[in-house]
Amino acid sequence: MSATTAETPRLRPTRALILRGLLLAGLLILALLPLLNRLPPDHALHASDFIVSVSGKWMCYAMLALAIDLAWGYAGILSLGHGAFFALGGYAIGMHLMRLIGPRGVYGHPVLPDFMVFLGWTELPWYWWGFQFFPFALLMALAVPGLLAGLLGWLAFRSRITGVYLSIITQAMTYALMLAFFRNDMGFGGNNGFTDFKELLGMKLNTAGARAALFYAALLSLSGAVLLCRHLTRSKLGRVLVAVRDAESRVRFLGYSTVSVKLSVFVLSAMLAGLGGALYVPLVGIINPGEFSPGNSIEAVIWVAVGGRGTLVGALLGAFSVNAVKTWLTSFAPDLWLFALGGLFVAVTLFLPRGLIGLMRKGEER
Amino acid sequence: MIHRHPFSRRALLGGAAGALALPALRPALAQNSGPIRVGVLHSLSGTMAISETALRDTVLMMVEDQNRKGGILGRKLEAVVVDPASNWPLFAEKARELLQVHKVDVTFGCWTSVSRKSVLPVFEELNGLLFYPVQYEGEEQSRNVFYTGAAPNQQAIPAVDYLMSDDGGSARRIALLGTDYVYPRTTNRILRAFLNSKGIADADILEEYTPFGHSDWQGIVSRVKTFASQGKKTAIVSTINGDANVPFYRELGNQGIKAEDIPSVAFSVGEEELAGIDTKPLVGHLAAWNYFMSVEGPANAEFKQMWASYIKNPKRVTNDPMEATYTGFRMWAQAVTQARTTAVDAVRTAMYGQKVAAPSGYTEQMWENHHLSKPVMIGEIQEDGQFSIVHKTADAIRAENWSPFIPENANRAKAG
Amino acid sequence: MRVLCLVMALFLLLAAPLRAQDRFETLAAGLSGGFGAQVETVERLGALGDARALPLLQALGEGRLQKRADGTLLLEQDGTVVEAVAGTPAAPGETVRINNRVRAALRGALGRLQLVAPQEGARLQAADGLFRSRSADNIPLLEQALAREAAPLVRARMELALAASRLVAADEAARRQGIEILSGSGSAEARSLLLEARAANPALAAPIDAAIAAIDARLQIRQAAETVFQGLSLGSILLLAALGLAITFGVMGIINMAHGEMVMLGAYTTVMVQEGFRGVPWLAPWSLPVSVPAAFLVTAAVGVALERGLIRHLYGRPLETLLMTFGVGMILQQAVRLLFGAQNREVVSPAWMQGTLALPGDITVTQNRLWIILFALVVLGLAVAAIRFTRFGLEMRAVVQNRRIAATMGIRTGRVDAMTFAFGSGIAGMAGVALSQVDNVSPNLGTGYIIDSFMVVVFGGVGSLAGTMIGAFTLGIVNKLLEPWAGAVLAKIAVLVGIMLFIQRRPKGLFALKGRAAEQ
Repeated sequence: MSATTAETPRLRPTRALILRGLLLAGLLILALLPLLNRLPPDHALHASDFIVSVSGKWMCYAMLALAIDLAWGYAGILSLGHGAFFALGGYAIGMHLMRLIGPRGVYGHPVLPDFMVFLGWTELPWYWWGFQFFPFALLMALAVPGLLAGLLGWLAFRSRITGVYLSIITQAMTYALMLAFFRNDMGFGGNNGFTDFKELLGMKLNTAGARAALFYAALLSLSGAVLLCRHLTRSKLGRVLVAVRDAESRVRFLGYSTVSVKLSVFVLSAMLAGLGGALYVPLVGIINPGEFSPGNSIEAVIWVAVGGRGTLVGALLGAFSVNAVKTWLTSFAPDLWLFALGGLFVAVTLFLPRGLIGLMRKGEER
Repeated sequence: MIHRHPFSRRALLGGAAGALALPALRPALAQNSGPIRVGVLHSLSGTMAISETALRDTVLMMVEDQNRKGGILGRKLEAVVVDPASNWPLFAEKARELLQVHKVDVTFGCWTSVSRKSVLPVFEELNGLLFYPVQYEGEEQSRNVFYTGAAPNQQAIPAVDYLMSDDGGSARRIALLGTDYVYPRTTNRILRAFLNSKGIADADILEEYTPFGHSDWQGIVSRVKTFASQGKKTAIVSTINGDANVPFYRELGNQGIKAEDIPSVAFSVGEEELAGIDTKPLVGHLAAWNYFMSVEGPANAEFKQMWASYIKNPKRVTNDPMEATYTGFRMWAQAVTQARTTAVDAVRTAMYGQKVAAPSGYTEQMWENHHLSKPVMIGEIQEDGQFSIVHKTADAIRAENWSPFIPENANRAKAG
Repeated sequence: MRVLCLVMALFLLLAAPLRAQDRFETLAAGLSGGFGAQVETVERLGALGDARALPLLQALGEGRLQKRADGTLLLEQDGTVVEAVAGTPAAPGETVRINNRVRAALRGALGRLQLVAPQEGARLQAADGLFRSRSADNIPLLEQALAREAAPLVRARMELALAASRLVAADEAARRQGIEILSGSGSAEARSLLLEARAANPALAAPIDAAIAAIDARLQIRQAAETVFQGLSLGSILLLAALGLAITFGVMGIINMAHGEMVMLGAYTTVMVQEGFRGVPWLAPWSLPVSVPAAFLVTAAVGVALERGLIRHLYGRPLETLLMTFGVGMILQQAVRLLFGAQNREVVSPAWMQGTLALPGDITVTQNRLWIILFALVVLGLAVAAIRFTRFGLEMRAVVQNRRIAATMGIRTGRVDAMTFAFGSGIAGMAGVALSQVDNVSPNLGTGYIIDSFMVVVFGGVGSLAGTMIGAFTLGIVNKLLEPWAGAVLAKIAVLVGIMLFIQRRPKGLFALKGRAAEQ
């Protein structure tokens, strides 16, 4: 990362207040959505079922964006494989959801998921053990991405692989995982992945109540993640992070172990992405290897770039706005939306190097 | 007529502000007046666009045709096109949008099994109606889906039966090549059981899977050659998915595998896929479908004429999933007319027993298992990229969507 | 020619006993019947050996035989239709359809009829046909043809055909002779025939097993050689896809995620050139060679526009460039999809790129892949030469090594940047021409190659074209060596993981560039 973009967000108090207000207002509106959904359909403030369901999904994306921002915007680690951590978290919860189907599957097998039954499997593979317990699955949704990030980060940071090389390696990682999960022999349902979930924590999925509960779970996790990141970036560690981003060798010469600093933030970021994935799967009702596709990870990085990296609000704003535009355009202009979205990415990188948030800060720094 | 929803401009503000503006999305008009809305849920970008855009065009053509005839029940039809972009979770989101925001009365869509599995819970929860036009692995039956493509017994088994017959070359050794996903896996499992029941041992069956979009077939084609050198007549059964077929056939042609020596029969290669290949080295290789563009008869002539005048490009061909879309659309229009409403439950009941003289030249009927009876045809690839039909069944065959060759289906019946 | 035909006809008349009812005219009518009748007719016509059958059977095989509603056979030749037996002009009828069984019978019958044809190619085909349709009836025919045959290649094939026919002879000595000769071949087909014979002749099991063992030994060597070739072929494709990237990324440090789309544009240029040439018969065979410079120019132009219009503003910020070019890739893909349609486009392979080439030791390699390996090496050579020996190359190296000093020496660095990017993009376009011969030409063409290309460049060593070449071929061969026992997917995953671990050991790749430039 070059030194030109190395400003820490130092805002005038009023601007900072506006940003904080925007963040709070956004979270508040989200919190009200399921209630607005209860209003009669012709009420002016009625939020349709579709909006509630789609904004639940966007919140999970926002967590992914937050995770990427933490690693990229604050520590200068541009991972093009964060989609993989997101997907691994999703798979962990997906496995739990599959185990909960139990004998209600098409073939009525008490233990094995349907896809294993019709592939002729007779026994549950060992790596599926324990996933019938929700706490274990949730732990795995955090631990597996964390461990993978730890391993990859340890290997990479130790040999001082940075910048573009790291991006390419993380991209290769998610690509390799995609190929692996596509294999039916892996025991993760191959291309179809997991679908047809029935219940979670005793709630029947695909009901308005379950959706509202999942919505609030996502909102709480997102708020928690924001608070955590905020605390982290304002702590001493946060300052070291920014220093590492801007001049890693100087920090090393000052006696900091940059490897462990970067490693811990990379692992935390991966776990955050995993949590996002874990919430995503019950909300959308499917997880499959397509989530590992390198294009998805790049897109998520672009959300952060569009919103403005290096600020937490920017990541959230980016995730929500790009996805809202995408949802709108894929219906409004199904043939042309790629032009609009591609054009947006080009325009933002060219004209708004600090993203949408940068618009707010214009003027005060020049 | 593509319906475009008047989305609030404020949504562009995005983020939290966007979420505030989105409730302004008004639910569309009430169900029994105004135009009938037809959702089109086919990928227009991404990897599946290659196959699915033609189906979008087919539905739009049918809507236009129906409107020219005055619509249905005196109401015009209006197509709502969305792009799920070959992204499976996006399929679920778009399905929900079609049903809840655009209030469509019926949806034509999906190609891959995973996209269908992704939207299935949405259609079941919101009691929508989906017409699925592609041949698939079976093992499914939803009250909200009508399957107008073939089940395995309407395609795979008759094709292999043909390969083993005198006319097909009396094959006694079979190489099952497929893309690694659920349709080939299930189909090959069914075929293996079927072959075993015909006295072909497991040693005489080769099963190989490759990833999507596999482009380097050198190794596998060489392996098939070795497999074929064991003193028995060998044939290839290909469940290779769309994109990977072009390089596969090129390799087959270049390594000099002639249809007379090692014939191959494919279940996913139609006229559209052949349009991207030089077919001269492939003459004689086979495909099994329920319709070929080369079928002769008045219904197909009408279909082809309609397509040619709609698409205005003489190079564009018709194929089996397009025919299944056409037939499904006709059937739905008849059912709505008969039920005198577009309400899903009434249309569903009216669909059972509905008959259409399909372009395949047979009268196809919708049964209570939500599947069509369809004829099975075996076609040989010709130099012009068309198929010459070398075998077809006497009647339309009923679908066995729960295959008797999958032993677990017995448990399913018990479980009820 | 006519004399030869007569001789041949006489010959065949002697060879095959004429049955009373087998009159040519009555027989030929059977060709318009069902598939079963067709097979029988073809076989009888082959046995009858009437030279008049030859054009009829050829026409049947090539889809030029037609029939009228009354069953009269018609022959189509270059657009004109004549009655097959009478030879009088006629109106076109319905094409007679055949299936694979008829095709197999045709091969045998044509083989008998053409064994002494004047053209060497026809005799070769005939020998192959008889090898596959093997029948003891063909033994005398083949013996006589062998006695007259001079061309060594045809002789070799005839001997194999004779051996195959002897394998099904009534006489055991002949069968032994057949086994003997077949054991000297290295072909999988011969092995298959021997195995078939083994089931029919339990008494001959021992010599047959020995023959199979001999063939297997040869087959093993052959397969190893072919695996290496397959690896080279995969490597050459990786090399082509990565070479342009080695220049834009390796030399300029630009991460161009739209690189795959450049390859795709090159492939579409091939389609356009081919369609433009289709109407002009004398140009048509040249469409592929012409496509190479055309694709270079088209993608180089797109490259210049991209560099001058967009990328130039982001120098020094490689990660932003990555994100922006991802957006550009989306736009290019959708533009091509709207302009050309989402469907695959057909690219015809010229005749010289089809089929296989037999090397010594019965090793066969596919022509198109052989050409692509050569093409990749030529493109590599040209790229190296352009960088080493041209003024542009000199300026490019100067700018890479030290931009400021280069500028003070009077080099227009902006122009050099644009040219370098255009050069890299143009090479990607040429790769597209080659890929159009092995892969789909669709808007998604490029997506499948982008990650592999990056891996090759990083593995080989950023900034080193030699490294890119060695990297590409190493990865190709390792992949193909792993494939037989790991399967295609696991082999690829193993290679990816291997590269990741390797980079961790040697972050700068196989061939690290030394000096300032390497520090970026």
